[in-house]
Amino acid sequence: MAKKNIGSKNPNSSNSLGLIRPALISAFFFMAVCGLAYPLVTTGVANILLPAQAKGSLMEKNGKYIGSTYIGQSFTEPKYFHGRPSMTVGSDPKDPSRTIDQPYNAAASAASNQGALSKKLIDSVSKRAQQYRNENGLSDKVLIPVDAVTASASGMDPHISVSNARMQMKRVAEARSVSQQEVNELIEKNTEPRQFGILGEPRVNVLALNMSLDDLNTTHQVAK
Amino acid sequence: MSMDIIQFAGILVLMTFMAILLGKWIAKVFTSQTDTMFERCTYKILGVDSSEKMNWKKYGLTLVLSNAAMMLLGYFLLRVQQYIPGDTLERASQTPDLAFNTAASFITNTNWQSYSGESSLSNFSQMAVITFLMSVSAATGVAAAGGFMRGFSRRSSADIGNYWVDFTRVLYRILLPLCFLMALVYIWQGMPQTLNADAIVSTLEGARQQIIMGPVASLESIKHIGTNGGGFFGMNAAHPYENPTPLTNTLHMLSMLLIPSALTYAFGKMIANRKQGWSFFAAFLVMFIGFLALVYSAEQNGNPMFSEMGIDQSHTSIQSGGNMEGKELRFGIAQTSMFAAVTTAATTGSVNSMHDSYTPLGGLVPMAQMMLNNVFGGDGVGLINLVTYVILTVFLVGMMIGRTPEFLGKKIEAREMKFVMVAVLAHPMTILGFTAIACLFPASMASLANMGPHGFSEILYAYTSGTANNGSAFAGLNANTPFFNLTIGLAMLLGRYFTLLPMLAVAGVMAAKRATPTSAGTLSTSSPLFTGLLVFVILVVGGLTFLPSLALGPIVEHLLMLAGKTF
Repeated sequence: MAKKNIGSKNPNSSNSLGLIRPALISAFFFMAVCGLAYPLVTTGVANILLPAQAKGSLMEKNGKYIGSTYIGQSFTEPKYFHGRPSMTVGSDPKDPSRTIDQPYNAAASAASNQGALSKKLIDSVSKRAQQYRNENGLSDKVLIPVDAVTASASGMDPHISVSNARMQMKRVAEARSVSQQEVNELIEKNTEPRQFGILGEPRVNVLALNMSLDDLNTTHQVAK
Repeated sequence: MSMDIIQFAGILVLMTFMAILLGKWIAKVFTSQTDTMFERCTYKILGVDSSEKMNWKKYGLTLVLSNAAMMLLGYFLLRVQQYIPGDTLERASQTPDLAFNTAASFITNTNWQSYSGESSLSNFSQMAVITFLMSVSAATGVAAAGGFMRGFSRRSSADIGNYWVDFTRVLYRILLPLCFLMALVYIWQGMPQTLNADAIVSTLEGARQQIIMGPVASLESIKHIGTNGGGFFGMNAAHPYENPTPLTNTLHMLSMLLIPSALTYAFGKMIANRKQGWSFFAAFLVMFIGFLALVYSAEQNGNPMFSEMGIDQSHTSIQSGGNMEGKELRFGIAQTSMFAAVTTAATTGSVNSMHDSYTPLGGLVPMAQMMLNNVFGGDGVGLINLVTYVILTVFLVGMMIGRTPEFLGKKIEAREMKFVMVAVLAHPMTILGFTAIACLFPASMASLANMGPHGFSEILYAYTSGTANNGSAFAGLNANTPFFNLTIGLAMLLGRYFTLLPMLAVAGVMAAKRATPTSAGTLSTSSPLFTGLLVFVILVVGGLTFLPSLALGPIVEHLLMLAGKTF
């Protein structure tokens, strides 16, 4: 009897050990393959074939990095087009233990996550609408594009809608003492159509538009 | 509107073609007799015999043990993150409950994230933990589907294949090559792939902007092809670096649908009944289109309370309109709502918009799809879940017409039905049980971002997402508390292994059965009639189980929105 028991136990125990050993090795081995080799090879190939994109599509001006094509920036001055509301926060420079609103903080993406019935959401949308009307001299009757008063999902949406850009055109033109037509031309130049004519929505890259506005003013000054 | 429908239709047509191409390839991978050189080396390193035939018990045990070892390794690396050199931003290690939640989340293919990627993971962890676990969890799911399909395709057989062979082949012949190519396309479109942790720029208005980056593209491609869903950044695929253009958004969607839809074709091919594969595909598609239509129309109609404030939500040639709170402009409503439908159908859980800010009915769609858990479903497990319901349907219909239920020429008997019922019941029990506990737990109120029915929805969504191994969230919920980390972690493990293992058992039992010849009285499971019955059973069982909880959340919220009530 005793012999039988041992005989039936032994293959079992060697069997479970035979299962555990490859399981343990597989964890380290596939970590090396999928977690190190795959991303590192991809990084190497990408930095040879597509170095600009691989490093984040950074834009340079006078030898300094001024931003990324794909990451929006916070604009508050009247002479610039303003992007969509952003809900990102950052640490307070006066007291690092506290967080304060810091729109377009590209180190901590964030959204409001407020539901459609949230009082906070309705209040902030209403406040933003009032501010948008004041800044752009719009009467209460003018309908405001929804993207101008709702926060984006990432907190760094680089785009606004064409209708939003057109509503801000007058303010920007006045602040820069250029004609509305010139500004409108730049809006059209910086409008990206649907990709391949089908995908997504037509949109205006705010950073690119504002950069070309600055260039416009420089050429005006040179002309003077 | 017409442009939106062209986008929807185009993507679905492309998906169908790709399902055929990849489905053929997957069937070949699972039936091929030869190993490549890399595979032979791998078996040698692991010390396994690739010619060994495993019964379902050994197959399942190997799967669980290897997953456990990988989860442990992931947990360990997250706990020692701050001691691993190379991170210029010196990000701290995760706490024990958070590291458990993260490791459980990524090994189960859930990718629920209680942390925000930018602030809590170094580039090393993003690769060696996140990308690693994403790859192996997807390979585990597809391998399990391989064993499962083999079980159904065999007659009087004691084994369902070799787990190591299935796992390694899926990784080397399907996932890694596809992911590498996709990553290059993504980088071309503007996704970063670098070992630098950040870049500091000075903005046009002169402010300092710190831009976090890293090896994003390689993570992003396995994230979608592997139906994983965890983001490099906190805001996931809404972040411009994770999803820079409408093309990347489209490729994300196609990637998520790729393997789940291809598996229906592979299944048909492996059981030598292609019509069966198509009838499964049709069942997936019918449900998906219904849900897509609901979420798209709800989001495009927008928020009635915005309209009262003089805000224009109409769709014109110069703006997308709709409910744009928590959405990105480049995608508009069409690409956003389709993404939400795809990510919760294919249980990926990556998000390109904040589901928490959807209109009530728009937010119901992701939840409902995860509750059904078999509208396409995740890599491998989607097909397995569907077959669970196929057997249930065959059983119910068999009872109605008074014949022994049969599937693929094999009798369905009491033993298999018990396994099937474990798989069917584990899912709702986990979701509803944990939701009920969390609602009674006083501290969970402090985690809510919204009050009223939407607050309940946030909790319900969390456990639905965890159990369905989806990983998306009504992200207002602060889930990084020991209670939520632990319970959602358990929900993910229960949801994964208590549906996967019983169904592997069914496959093992089915493989051992002899086939009975078809007769005039046999119910065909590949006819449109059966597809209709199947969809009906899924919706009725899902509806009976989950409608009461949905009524307390999004449905009552919708009625309150129409009445103009805020919280």
